[in-house]
Amino acid sequence: MSESNAAHGAHETNYVRIYGILLALFVISVLGPTLGIEAVTLITAFGLAVVKATMVAGYFMHLNVEKRYIWYILLAMLVFILVLFAGVAPDVMKSSGQNWRDASGFVPPTPPVHH
Amino acid sequence: MSAAHVPLATTRSATGIPTGRLAVWWVLASEIVIFGGLLAAYVMFRLHHPHWHAEASHTNTWAGGFNTVVLLTSSLFAVLAHQAALRGDGPRAARLLYATIGGAAIFLLVKAFEWSTEISHGFTLFRDTFWSFYYTATGLHGVHVVVGMILMTLIAADARRDRNLHRVELIGTYWHFVDAVWIFLFPLFYIAR
Amino acid sequence: MSHDTAAHAAAHGSVWRRWVFSTDHKVIGCQYLFTGMAMAVIGGLMSYVFRMQLAWPDAPVPGYGVVSPGEYNALVTNHGSIMIFWVAMPVLIAALGNFLIPLMIGCDDMVFPRLNRLSYQIFLLSALVLLGSLAVPGGGFGGAWTSYPPLSAKGAYNLTPYGAPLWLVAVALEFVAFLLGGINFVTTVMNARAPGMKASYIPMVVWMIIIASILFMASVGPLVAGAVMLLFDQILGTRFFDPAGGGDPLLWQHLFWFFGHPEVYVVLLPAMGIVAEIITVFSRKKLFAYNTVLLTAAGTGVLSFLVWAHHQFVAGIDPRMAHLFTVTTLLISIPIAEMTFVFIATLYGGSITFPTPMLFALAFIAEFLIGGVTGIFLGSSGTDIYLHDTYFVLAHFHYTFFPIAIIATFAALYFWFPKMFGRMMNDTLGKIHFWGTVIPFNFIFIPLFITGMGGDHRRIYSYENFPMQMTPFLQELRIVATVSLVILLLFQVVFLFNFFWSLFRGPKAPANPWRANTLEWTAPSPPPHGNFATMPSVYRGPYEYSVPGRADDYWPQHVAN
Repeated sequence: MSESNAAHGAHETNYVRIYGILLALFVISVLGPTLGIEAVTLITAFGLAVVKATMVAGYFMHLNVEKRYIWYILLAMLVFILVLFAGVAPDVMKSSGQNWRDASGFVPPTPPVHH
Repeated sequence: MSAAHVPLATTRSATGIPTGRLAVWWVLASEIVIFGGLLAAYVMFRLHHPHWHAEASHTNTWAGGFNTVVLLTSSLFAVLAHQAALRGDGPRAARLLYATIGGAAIFLLVKAFEWSTEISHGFTLFRDTFWSFYYTATGLHGVHVVVGMILMTLIAADARRDRNLHRVELIGTYWHFVDAVWIFLFPLFYIAR
Repeated sequence: MSHDTAAHAAAHGSVWRRWVFSTDHKVIGCQYLFTGMAMAVIGGLMSYVFRMQLAWPDAPVPGYGVVSPGEYNALVTNHGSIMIFWVAMPVLIAALGNFLIPLMIGCDDMVFPRLNRLSYQIFLLSALVLLGSLAVPGGGFGGAWTSYPPLSAKGAYNLTPYGAPLWLVAVALEFVAFLLGGINFVTTVMNARAPGMKASYIPMVVWMIIIASILFMASVGPLVAGAVMLLFDQILGTRFFDPAGGGDPLLWQHLFWFFGHPEVYVVLLPAMGIVAEIITVFSRKKLFAYNTVLLTAAGTGVLSFLVWAHHQFVAGIDPRMAHLFTVTTLLISIPIAEMTFVFIATLYGGSITFPTPMLFALAFIAEFLIGGVTGIFLGSSGTDIYLHDTYFVLAHFHYTFFPIAIIATFAALYFWFPKMFGRMMNDTLGKIHFWGTVIPFNFIFIPLFITGMGGDHRRIYSYENFPMQMTPFLQELRIVATVSLVILLLFQVVFLFNFFWSLFRGPKAPANPWRANTLEWTAPSPPPHGNFATMPSVYRGPYEYSVPGRADDYWPQHVAN
């Protein structure tokens, strides 16, 4: 196999430690939201998810020693998803109060609300 | 043609990345947009529907959290299997892959328990779009887990006889991706409420 | 068939194994080609039936009978789906990609031959599911190839409780086939190039197929997720796209067009690549500004992700977003116009000859130009509000898709036929076919621009129900379009005769009949399994024509000096 695989070997001893860090981050991400502070929830749940996923990709998937452009390919895909979100969210998240509805007098059925 | 026939093309490596690994990266790239599209839609709806918070509180955080640990552990086994394969120790790689498959099986059992409990309490696919997303996203992820188990079984059988050891890394990379997807599904469906 | 191939085939058993379950990229390419051609015949005949209904409403269509409204909708929907997903994609990307990529980059096969075979098998299954969906109770799906919910989401609305889900399953299977194929293509070109083939030595058509495959891969993901959601809405009764259940039908439109618009460029770019190959060969001139073409193609690819909502200007989207999407949509005409100028600059000062493939390549540029220019009106949200969903839109996108899927494909077939099948096609019949295709094509769609501006809505079964649209003038235009279509379809018989006659009776083709530079022409015609007797090395770019100081006016890539 290739040279980069030899490089992978250099990380051998770290896997269990990485695993330990991931578990610690996981515990924080579960405990964070129990405080009930929204900002803390966002950071611990989603910020740490990004950190954990990056660690899994970097160390377990060996992206840290893979050719740089593999990162770029994967990140480009994420950017496309962000573009999708940015283009769609203004419509899907603001379906109330648009002009066409007022002008026509059409009232859509209200979605059922639970609790 | 016969399975043994390997074209010259497969053995070339103009990029320096082995062909199998390169293909796995492209597979994962295409998977990112599939899960990304689904989760982007979910997030939009989630932010738009405040009452989903109440729905989300009915998911079982403990089961989801336990499954996160299970997947992280199975990922560790997968990467250790790759390490063993690099050293040329096929039988050890196979044993570690079987451990990974065991993790996947536990994950699915917990999932089955969760789903059946939720469904029996009336939180079905049709109760609310939140639950539709919940079952679709975790189901799509579950399909990936099952596919991973099947492929790992095949690859472990080969690795036990020291054949096709490079595939241990490839399935590992896929498996870590399945793990990484769960790392996002867990806060999205279980923690945030 | 060369001696090598025969010997190889003998070594590998039955005809069944050689032609049906082969892993050879050339055989798989031909399988895609023939499946695509069969689907093109079906899709073309569908257009015959519904155009006859529009020209002579409610009269029995010769060879079909009276068209019911439901059948009309199913025919229109499946004509669109077939022509894009089962003709343009398989022929332009899969057939040509499979056949050309390993030959053009100088290797013996795709890097994953068995994955390649699986890709075709899934594709074939998808085609069979689609054709099957036309025969189920309730008939084929009639909710347009865009499949907007709520119409598509409920059998009670679309009246095709089986046809709609089967259509969706067929499309999803087709996506899977092309994802597998695309990954194979991209990996092959990245890793399996001949020694010496730098990125800037890769023939443009290969680059274009690769960029198209990546675009497809990156854009189809959200729609795969969306297809699962829509399928659940259809068969399980979830309400992802139902506002009454907390869903949103606009979400589907966004997911669909986030894929649907890049898809236009997925099929356009390979067509552009084909044209680049052909016009350089037949003007004996280097491709003008190779790097510019490559960069504009990549730029088009990136921009194509930012324009999708121009399909939704009248769907009730946020008007501020409509402004943004107008700007991005108009911007994307810049790289495409640049590519067109590059092709014209390539022709300038060349020693141009006009065999059939060159005629088709030039016609592509001319006709696509009309499609591009009429797109400006639709990309601007102001004019689009009037023109949306009229025959103007229909004529516009047929002026893009017909050059892409039909004209460029014919250019490619006439050009690579000698390599694919080892025989030459008849050039005179080719020219008859060319004029018989391109002239009627314009007579179909120019009238439809006018009916569109006259207010004809696209999805009307019979204009007799709309007195203002049933004027003699508009009806005559509809009849002109229909008659032209029939003429165009009849001229395809010339092509089919030429194709199959040449396949068995055409004069034997030499290895390099067009005196071209790229590597596929160094292999025998047709290439045996394994392609090259000795694997070539590459010393220069693909377009070194008429280099001063050389005896020949071409300088193949594999010749050392």
